[in-house]
Amino acid sequence: MIFLNVDNPSWMITPIIVPLTAGLLCFLFQRKTFAIALSAVLVNLLAACFLIGQLLTCGPMRYSMGGWQAPLGITLRTDGPAVLMLLMTGVTGFAITLYARGYFSFRIDDPGGTDRHQQQQRYFWPLWLLLLAGLNGLFLSNDIFNLYITLEIIGISAASLAALSGKPAARLASFRYLLSSLLGSLTFLLGIVFLYKSCGLLDLDLLRNLTENGPGVRAALALMSVGLLLKTALVPMHFWLPPAHANALAPVSAILSALVIKGSFYLLFRLWFEVFASSITTEALNVMGGLGAGAILWGAIQAMRQHRLKLMVAYSTVSQLGYLFVAFPLSRAADNAQVWSIVIFMAMAHACAKSAMFMSAGTIFLHFGHDRIQDLTGVRASLPITVLAYGIAGVTLMGLPPSGAFIAKWLLLSWALASCQWWWVLVIIAGSAMAMIYVFRVISRFIVIPEGFSSQKLEFHSRLLEWPALALALISLLLGLVAPWLLHILAKGSIDLTQILPGGLP
Amino acid sequence: MITTLLYSMTGLILFGMGLFTLIVHSHPLRKILAVNVMSTGVFLILIATAYTPLGQGEVDPVPHAMVLTGIVVSVSVTALALILACRVQETSNLDLLKKKTVPETAKESTT
Repeated sequence: MIFLNVDNPSWMITPIIVPLTAGLLCFLFQRKTFAIALSAVLVNLLAACFLIGQLLTCGPMRYSMGGWQAPLGITLRTDGPAVLMLLMTGVTGFAITLYARGYFSFRIDDPGGTDRHQQQQRYFWPLWLLLLAGLNGLFLSNDIFNLYITLEIIGISAASLAALSGKPAARLASFRYLLSSLLGSLTFLLGIVFLYKSCGLLDLDLLRNLTENGPGVRAALALMSVGLLLKTALVPMHFWLPPAHANALAPVSAILSALVIKGSFYLLFRLWFEVFASSITTEALNVMGGLGAGAILWGAIQAMRQHRLKLMVAYSTVSQLGYLFVAFPLSRAADNAQVWSIVIFMAMAHACAKSAMFMSAGTIFLHFGHDRIQDLTGVRASLPITVLAYGIAGVTLMGLPPSGAFIAKWLLLSWALASCQWWWVLVIIAGSAMAMIYVFRVISRFIVIPEGFSSQKLEFHSRLLEWPALALALISLLLGLVAPWLLHILAKGSIDLTQILPGGLP
Repeated sequence: MITTLLYSMTGLILFGMGLFTLIVHSHPLRKILAVNVMSTGVFLILIATAYTPLGQGEVDPVPHAMVLTGIVVSVSVTALALILACRVQETSNLDLLKKKTVPETAKESTT
């Protein structure tokens, strides 16, 4: 029974294999798809928790697929940031799966419903599970070409999911999304080619040990970064994001905004701060910080101007992504683990809060048939839990304590002041103030019930539409309280490099 | 050396041509073909890195494996892009595609 040992590294293939198999099963068996999907997502969440336990007892691990060692074979590895991202995906994915069930059964039970809704549900489950497998593969993989493959899996399934709603606007947006994502991944692939040409290596740990800092490596890094920035939708490459996210079905918007974008960001961050940390110059870090600052301000201004709820939430994603990039120039003042902690807190808090927000917006859209902000007065009377979830998620977006975003912003502010870069402080404060404006602008309409207002009687009411959103919003709010525990996991550090066979280097 | 350089430069030029077409032209089919030309360019550079003159050592097999995988990805992505382009044309007229700005309003007629 050696395979069942707790310290066996082969456990880390579970989060990749299980959703992939379940996705294929969902294609084969058209009944019981929800049962298959739910059990796969549950196993995925348990596997993420198990990998965290394994990391705490045994430290970071490497696993060579099929027994092929590093320079030729593909390796997976777990470390602090990877397992936390797995946990984020597991928790958010579980809630989104429950919500999607409620969402689709609401639309299918609707008397005006058609076969189209049935079909949407049929294709949703396999695509979502495929996307989940791709994301988990991205977080765990340690081979740069394998990372390209996971990026493509994510891109293909995300674009298909975005097209599911079948509206002309959604199809067009998803076509553009697919092309942008293809452009991004081809640029990334060209970067891999340059890297392979100058180093002859694909394994990230081996690349990190390399001291070579020639023009080939720098060109490769530039190409890969541009490709990933396009996929992460940093301003000014965010043009595809708002239409694609706002026109998709509500569970799909939640997946795209909360998880898909984090995948490419995680990869970018890992490349900049772990693999090529020696090639990064201060100027490059400042450029990234500047783009991040632009994203915070531009996204917030656009969010304040929107008339539609879902578009507003989509632009707020553009804005919130900026905070992740403002952490770049501050890395000179802090060490690696501290920068990781900012980014992980921000990413986790945003994933939970933004999916809760998109779910609430979707529930409101389902019940009222539109999402024009100015006509949504007094929603509280009909959907109190949804409005509560929206409000709590809004608190996280503003970065008030005790949310995870507060911890991240606090760390950002203190390092910006400690390293005498006060201009970032202004941007962060301005961004939070504008977040307050665009959140309150909507909440005030939801909560105020004008005189003589008769609340709409709602025929359908599914608990699955409301409670997952509230649970995610509460998690994002309370994330700050478990901060020491998360920091403890992150501090488990990176893998001991002596484990890699040195004879394999060419 | 000169052979590798020649093939690599051709690959880069193909990549650049594809990128130009992808950005400049608005017709969906042209965009899809442009992406294909770009990926062909990348594959050409990748194959060129594996080249060793005859009798001077082994040919590196890893780039070949990468190109094979890349071709599979490229074929499936092209299929998806083509079907999406067809669906876009079914439901909307071409005028929508020619516009530079994406209609940002979420249509209300879904439910």
